[in-house]
Formats: sequence, structure tokens, C-alpha cells
Amino acid sequence: MNKNTENQFDAIIVGAGVVGCSIARELSRFKVRIAVLEKESDVGWGSSCRNSGVIHAGFNNQPGTLMAKYCEEGNQLFHSIAQELDVLFKKTGKLVVAKNNSEIAGLKKLKKQGERNGVKNLDIIDEQEIRKLEPNVRGVAALLSPETAITSPYLYTIALAENALKNGVHFYLNTEVENIEKKSSGEFVLKTQNKQFITDYLINSTGVYCDKIARMAGIDRYRIYPCRGEYYVLDKNASSLMNHLIYPVPHIEEGGLGIHLTPTVDGNVLIGPSNEYIDTNKRNNYAVTMEVLSKLCKEAQKFLPAISPKYFIRNYAGIRSKQTPPSQGGYRDYVIEESEEVPNMINLIGIESPGLTAAYPIAKEVVAMIDKKEKLSTNPDFNPYRKGILRFEEQDEETKRKLVEQDPDYGEVICRCEQVTKREILQAIDNPLGARSLISIKYRSRAMMGRCQGGYCQTRIMELLKEKYNYKWDDFLLRGSESYMLTGNRSNGEPAL
Amino acid sequence: MINKDVVIIGGGAAGLAAAVACRDKGIEDILIIERESALGGILKQCIHDGFGLIKFQHSYTGPEYAQKYVDQVEKQEIAYLLDSMVIDITSQKVLTVVNKSGLKKYKAKSIILAMGCRERTRGAIGIPGTRPTGIYTAGVAQNLINIHNYMIGKEVVILGSGDIGLIMARRLMLEGATIKMVLELLPYGSGLPRNFNQCLSDFDIPLYLNHTVVDIKGNKRVEAITMAEVDHNGKVILSTCQEVPCDTLLLSVGLIPENELSKMAGIQLDSLTGGALVDEYGQSTVKGIFACGNVLQVHDIVDNVSLEAEHIACGVEKYLSSFLKPKNDIAIEIGEGLRYVLPQRIQYLDDTVFSFRVKKPGKKKQIVFKNDNRIIKEKSFIRVNPAEMIRIKLTSSELSDIKHLKVELN
Ligand SMILES: Cc1cc2nc3c(=O)[nH]c(=O)nc-3n(C[C@H](O)[C@H](O)[C@H](O)COP(=O)(O)OP(=O)(O)OC[C@H]3O[C@@H](n4cnc5c(N)ncnc54)[C@H](O)[C@@H]3O)c2cc1C
Ligand SMILES: Cc1cc2nc3c(=O)[nH]c(=O)nc-3n(C[C@H](O)[C@H](O)[C@H](O)COP(=O)(O)OP(=O)(O)OC[C@H]3O[C@@H](n4cnc5c(N)ncnc54)[C@H](O)[C@@H]3O)c2cc1C
Repeated sequence: MNKNTENQFDAIIVGAGVVGCSIARELSRFKVRIAVLEKESDVGWGSSCRNSGVIHAGFNNQPGTLMAKYCEEGNQLFHSIAQELDVLFKKTGKLVVAKNNSEIAGLKKLKKQGERNGVKNLDIIDEQEIRKLEPNVRGVAALLSPETAITSPYLYTIALAENALKNGVHFYLNTEVENIEKKSSGEFVLKTQNKQFITDYLINSTGVYCDKIARMAGIDRYRIYPCRGEYYVLDKNASSLMNHLIYPVPHIEEGGLGIHLTPTVDGNVLIGPSNEYIDTNKRNNYAVTMEVLSKLCKEAQKFLPAISPKYFIRNYAGIRSKQTPPSQGGYRDYVIEESEEVPNMINLIGIESPGLTAAYPIAKEVVAMIDKKEKLSTNPDFNPYRKGILRFEEQDEETKRKLVEQDPDYGEVICRCEQVTKREILQAIDNPLGARSLISIKYRSRAMMGRCQGGYCQTRIMELLKEKYNYKWDDFLLRGSESYMLTGNRSNGEPAL
Repeated sequence: MINKDVVIIGGGAAGLAAAVACRDKGIEDILIIERESALGGILKQCIHDGFGLIKFQHSYTGPEYAQKYVDQVEKQEIAYLLDSMVIDITSQKVLTVVNKSGLKKYKAKSIILAMGCRERTRGAIGIPGTRPTGIYTAGVAQNLINIHNYMIGKEVVILGSGDIGLIMARRLMLEGATIKMVLELLPYGSGLPRNFNQCLSDFDIPLYLNHTVVDIKGNKRVEAITMAEVDHNGKVILSTCQEVPCDTLLLSVGLIPENELSKMAGIQLDSLTGGALVDEYGQSTVKGIFACGNVLQVHDIVDNVSLEAEHIACGVEKYLSSFLKPKNDIAIEIGEGLRYVLPQRIQYLDDTVFSFRVKKPGKKKQIVFKNDNRIIKEKSFIRVNPAEMIRIKLTSSELSDIKHLKVELN
């Protein structure tokens, strides 16, 4: 493949979620000119930053499905990818807890299903063993899955993107694909607001918008029904209440795994997600609702009575790209295909949970599909390694001392709750993808993510942006274009009372 | 390891007053550690007046009030570190401090906690809706406007009627913003009466009691909020939902003492105040570690912070000269009508100032101190208000032969 003019590519990936970024990174092992187009001002702002962050073991999915296959493979692959990309990954293990005897049958079924899917080390434990592992958790029996792990989904997505970038992939943020044309030569022309792109291969990894992109290319058979899941984020002080992920026995017809408790790699706890279909015309409606918020805490208390509102620090919602309509519920398997009517366009449809876990095997599959047709030649310069931002707070005291000696910016703590230093914030601001919204800085550094939610550090970070990067009032954006944090400079007129 | 007699964490009103009082008592070896680049704490951004009416019978602005203490600190050559964050303390009173020049350890004979408080956020109270920009806590807004000279919004709704919210209503109005309303969940305001008069009434800003925000709209910047009335149980009355277009939501929904360091030292906290559990000298459950100011209990008036800090300096001095010997150990019982009482226990039976807040507003009330059924002290109030901290002193003779102590509101 040999495209080289500025807007011409061998392959264009639309959508920079965890799936798109995995494909970009995996495809960059080969000599291919690749671009990723993303409508938001950073990668991972769709479902990939709004989920539970669980690397599932693979016992929830029906044997024989792509979901089951890629989930199990993704789980086993994750350790080495996380190491290459310097991404936090903790194998905390999971308990699916039966609240009463009637749910035990469900546990056995899950175990059997998991074993058929190739999941290792599953075990059913009794009440006493639950108590030993989780003194605060109530239940009569549980399925213990030691292979279940957690990661930071947004940092993983960022890491994939940064590594892809280093290996030559071009990223275009703030670039929404509005129209797709297939020329008689077979090439695709993608129209965005300011630019046109031309490509031989087109990969549609737009998550909850995947049916819309397919339709732009003339494929009308996919339907996505957005289904929202809301969460509470709990203070790190709650992390001492549990060690494992704590899940209820799922009811398949609900199409979710039930409201669960998930520790995060940073030491917080998540309660959620709920499961509500929303208007298909409002797929970016990430609102949380009064009804669900009040339900979340009650559900969590059924397993862990010690959970209380005093631990709440934030809430959020993610949107599942379901292929099953509300009337049907449940799951439909992933569709990963090059459609006959539009050759060279690969559609990834309905990549809902366990999509974070499955993203990498999915990427391998997509690359294999292209390789089969093109016989790709390997990129001799491919470098699988990427370094993240070193976290001051996580170092031992001796290392901290040395870090400050080497670089005084480590001696300036900007975010008090998460102990994030000026050095880390500057690295976050100078990120390789060039994403400069406050949320981009937040995800990369953890500043503003603690219990005071930026009350202390937000103004300090703004000051830093002003000093170092000459930000004017209208440069301060929370989450990309139009999300102005300020409305002007203060007038010089009235003196303060 | 650097040895110090007294290390004070935080150079706000509390830390400064404690430092000056310690020096007045003859303590030489004092160090104030402050993470910001200037002393003064939260007062630096409180550019309105009304500070100092009790201590100085004069109305100063926040920075002026702070400067009086900063001048004393300078004059008395009390040592302080700026841009320095205490990141750890132990029950052995070893402090880990980081700043640009390195990571250092201090061993103190005594520590005074004066770290102030943080604001309760949207996430903590779980306001539903989207998460656009334009939602600020009142203190952050105050900082952006008064320190950084930015404007934060044009059409503002304020949730919560705490003092900072009221002050900011006026401040934003003077800067040309429209304040649509102040919403308060409770049937009464939670700020000081004078602030309702001077900041809302004088500017015709409507206050809706028994109201809250049940939804936020807008994906990028706030576009509207939905307000609703609540019933006497605080439950939302759905039929009263009403959308209010605005670009900014300001929150003044409470302050939380900042006690993360205290927890590291193993200090026991009082769930009612959110601060340390202390004796009459402000000494925590870890001997030699004292607390004052907003880290101990959220204050409404800075003068009381100074008074509290000066008082605990007496305890620090006694502690350092080993005169702090418990005579008794009496846990104070909180009776009807009171939200909390400080100190939570008394041990020395010296003159003691008790501070507390009532649960709800009332008229013609008495605060009564009792030893079993014997009334030790009684004080009448024409009106009481949860927004106003009450301070009452009991002398050592009044406390001399008590076995129990209960405080109640009648
Ligand atoms: C509530 C919830 C919980 C979950 N929990 C887990 C879990 O614990 N473990 C797990 O393995 N999986 C979980 N998942 C699933 C997982 O989050 C998703 O499968 C995964 O993030 C999907 O990634 P994606 O890249 O396909 O989609 P997305 O991350 O949504 O990425 C799609 C991207 O395409 C962009 N885009 C859309 N349209 C256009 C356009 N026209 N032009 C340019 N760009 C466009 C979007 O902005 C977005 O960035 C969960 C999902 C949800 C909703
Ligand atoms: C926003 C706001 C507005 C107010 N408005 C009024 C008013 O109008 N009138 C009135 O009378 N009172 C007002 N008050 C009350 C009064 O001013 C305060 O109660 C008083 O200033 C509190 O003093 P403090 O020293 O306890 O806390 P602060 O002033 O908050 O000082 C604490 C200091 O400790 C430092 N610190 C914290 N942790 C560390 C650490 N780990 N290492 C190093 N340093 C640390 C902080 O940087 C800060 O400087 C207001 C309070 C607030 C919060």
C-alpha cells in the first residue's frame, strides 16, 4: 500500500474509542498509512471512558459467540499489553454473589458456561468462605473468578492511541465524519467540516453511532438501541470495604450484569451501572437521573450494607450500543464484517460489554481481514512500548525524595486529594495527542478526580495554563469546543464592596 | 529529621492566630507550613468586609484581617514555609513535607492542625443531569473572580444559602451577572442573617426555601436547570418541577473539615463535626496533636477562629511544659436540639469555652448545662439559628465537682 498525499490513506478508522485505538495500534505493525478520525477533542470520550473498567474473565457470554471468544482471549492477552503500554492492571478477582438459595442455580450455570468458554479457576464458595474473603459482604454462596481484573479504561485507550501515534498513525481530533462517498475507483471519500479524506479501507468503530456511519456508506441493515448505565463514584475511603469485584447473579433478559460494586485501579469504588434504553436520537445523552441515582445506593447496600451516601464523590453514565430493541432485551453477538455491498469497509457493530476486554482480539481480527486481502508487509520500526506519566503519589518515600531532587516540579503538589505534582500536570498538558481540555488533563494526571473534584487544584491548573501556554479566558475548555469555563475577564469598573 | 517544638499545618486564620499566641506564651521554636504561596488561607479571597467585629470592633476585609496576623508573624519572626505541602503525619508526630527544595521530615513535640475545610461538591450531593461546564462551588467562583480576575457566568442560579453563596450572589451581581435565584432545600436559610439582608434583599435577589435542583441540562455549557419544591421530608414534589434557563449553577451546599492528614495520624474524628474529637484544649485523641479553625469545626465568623486558636495555644504551652495532666475524663452528652458540641470531652476542668450549633432556628430558647439534674449554667437567647455558632464559657469553679455534663436546648 502506498498512499502519501496528505489526505490520502490506506486505511481510515472512524472513532477513537478503545476499539478504534486498538485497531490503529495493531495495524501500525504493518506498513500501512493510517488515520484515525474522532469527532471529540480527545480519544476515548465515548463509551470507553464511561464503563466499569473490568477485564472480564468470560463466563457471562454464551458459548460459541464472538463475545465469549474475544472476551476470554482479551482477558488472557491483557497482562502483556498492559505491560507494553504501561497501563495499570490489577487482577483483583470477582465474586458473583447469590443473595439467597434460589440464586445458587444461577451460579452453577455461570460456572459451567465459563468453563465451556475456557475460563480458568472458577470456583463456587459458601457463606463462610465469602466472609473470609469479604467480611463486609452478605450472601449465601458465590462464584469466585480469580481471572477477572480491572484497568483504567481511559488510560488504556490513551495508551493505545499514543503508541499508535508513535508508530506513525495520524490522529485527527475534532473531526466528525459527516458524509461518505464510494468512488468508482473503489476509494472512499470522507467529508468532515474542514477537510476531505480519501482511503482504500474504511473501518467503522464508532460505538453507539456505528449504524449511522454504516448508513452513510449505504448499508442500512444495522440498528443500534442506545441503553444507558448510570454510576456513582465513591471516595477512596470506601475501598477498604471490599477486595474483589462484587456482582449480583445476572438476569440475562435485562441485558446488563446487574448493579455491581467495582473497585477501580486508583482505589475508588464504582456502583452501577443501571440499565435503561434511551431515545435513539439522543445518543450523547449522558445525563444521570434522580430515579436511578436513588436506586443505585439501595442495590449496592443489599450486598454491602456499609455503603452510604457519605462516600459519594461523583456520578456519570455510559451508553451501551445494543442491537436488541427494548422489547427484546438481552444480548446480540458482535458483528464484525466486511459487507458484500460495500467492499473494503469493515463494520464493527454492537460492541457492547465486554467490549473493553474484547477490543484487542477484535483489532487482531480486523487486521487479519485486511492482511488476508492485501498481504501486508511488516513495519520494521514498530515499537510496542509506551511510557505513561509516572505517578508521584504511588512512589515510595526514597523515590519521591530523588524525584524532587532531580526535578523541583515534583515538589509542587497541585492536586491535594490525589497528590498530583506540577511535573505530572505539565506532562499531561503536553500530551502527544495534543488534547488540551481540562478533562484531557484530568484523565491523564488524575488531578480534579479526587474527593474535592478540583475545588483546590482547578484554579491552579488554569493558572499554569495561563502562565505556560498563554491561555486567554476563552481558551479554557472543559470538554472540547463550546464548553467554555469562563465568560470573560472581570470588568475593571466596580471596586469590590 | 528536623526537630521542632511546634509545627502548625496551615497558614490561614487559625494557623496564624495559633502561631502568634504560642509565641506570646514564650514558645520559641515554631514553624508554620503552608502549601500556598502566601499566608492567609481562605481570607485572601474574601475581599468583602465584615471581618473583625468581635476581635477588633471594626469591620475589615478578609485580606486586611489576615494581614494583621501576618504582620505579627513577621514582627515576631515566626518561621514559616510557603509552597510546602504536608503529605503525611504519624502518631509519633513525624511530618513529611514536600516543596521545590526537596522532601523533608520534621519531628515535632506538638502539632497544631489548621488545614481548614473543603467545599461539598455536586458529586457529593448527587445532583442529577448532564455534566457540562458552568457548575462551580461558591469558593472556587470566589477564587476565580477575586484572585484571577475572570468572570464565570452571566445568568446564575445558586443552590444552597450558605454564607459564601450569598456573598457570591452579591459579588456576581456587582460584576454584571444576573442572579436568577437562590434555592435552599431547608425551610430556613443556612447563612448568617446579615448576609441575607446585605447580599440578597438589598439586591432584590429572590430566595426560594424548600427548593432544590433536580436536573441540569446542556452538553457543553449549562443551558438550564430544573428546580422543584420539596415536602417537609425533603422529598421532591414532582408536580412543581420548573425549568430555569441559565448558564451557571453555583453551589453553596456546605463545607467539610479537611481531615485526611488527621486520619493518617490515627486521630479519631467526630462524625457530627467532621473534625477531630478533642478535649477542652483542642487536643485530639493523639496526645500532643491539637486542632483549631475550620479543620476542627466549620466556623461562620473568623473572629471565633482566632479566639479558638488562641485558646488551644494555652493547651500547647501546658503540654510542652508537661502541665497538661488530666484530672478527670468526662464525655459531654449532647441533649435535645443541638447538632454538636465542642469539646467532646473535658479532662482538666479549667475554664472552658464550649461551642455548638442548634439543629434548627428557634425563638426564646435556653442553653442549659447540667450535671445529672443539677443545672450548672443557663443562658437565654432571643433567637437561635443553626448558621450562628454559639460559644459559652464555663469557669473552673463551675466545673469543679461535676461527674457528668449534658448540654441541651430548651
Ligand atoms: C455502562 C457500561 C459498562 C461497561 N462495562 C464494561 C466492562 O466493565 N468491561 C468491558 O470489557 N466492557 C464494558 N463495557 C463495554 C465497553 O465500554 C465498550 O464495549 C467499549 O468501550 C466500546 O468501545 P468503542 O471503541 O467501540 O466505542 P466508543 O468508546 O464509544 O468509541 C466510539 C468513538 O467514535 C466516535 N464517533 C462517533 N461518531 C463519529 C463520527 N461521525 N466521526 C468521528 N468520530 C465518531 C465517538 O466520539 C467515540 O469516541 C461497558 C459499557 C457500558 C456502556
Ligand atoms: C469561602 C469562605 C468564605 C468565608 N467568608 C466569611 C465571611 O464573610 N466572614 C467571616 O467572618 N468568615 C467567613 N468565612 C469563615 C472564616 O473566614 C474561616 O472560617 C476562616 O478563615 C478559617 O480559617 P482556617 O485557618 O481554619 O482555614 P483556612 O483559611 O482555610 O486555612 C487553612 C490553610 O491551611 C493550608 N493547608 C491545608 N492543608 C495543608 C497541608 N497539608 N499542608 C500545608 N498547608 C495546608 C491551606 O492552604 C490554608 O491556607 C469564610 C470561609 C470560607 C471557606
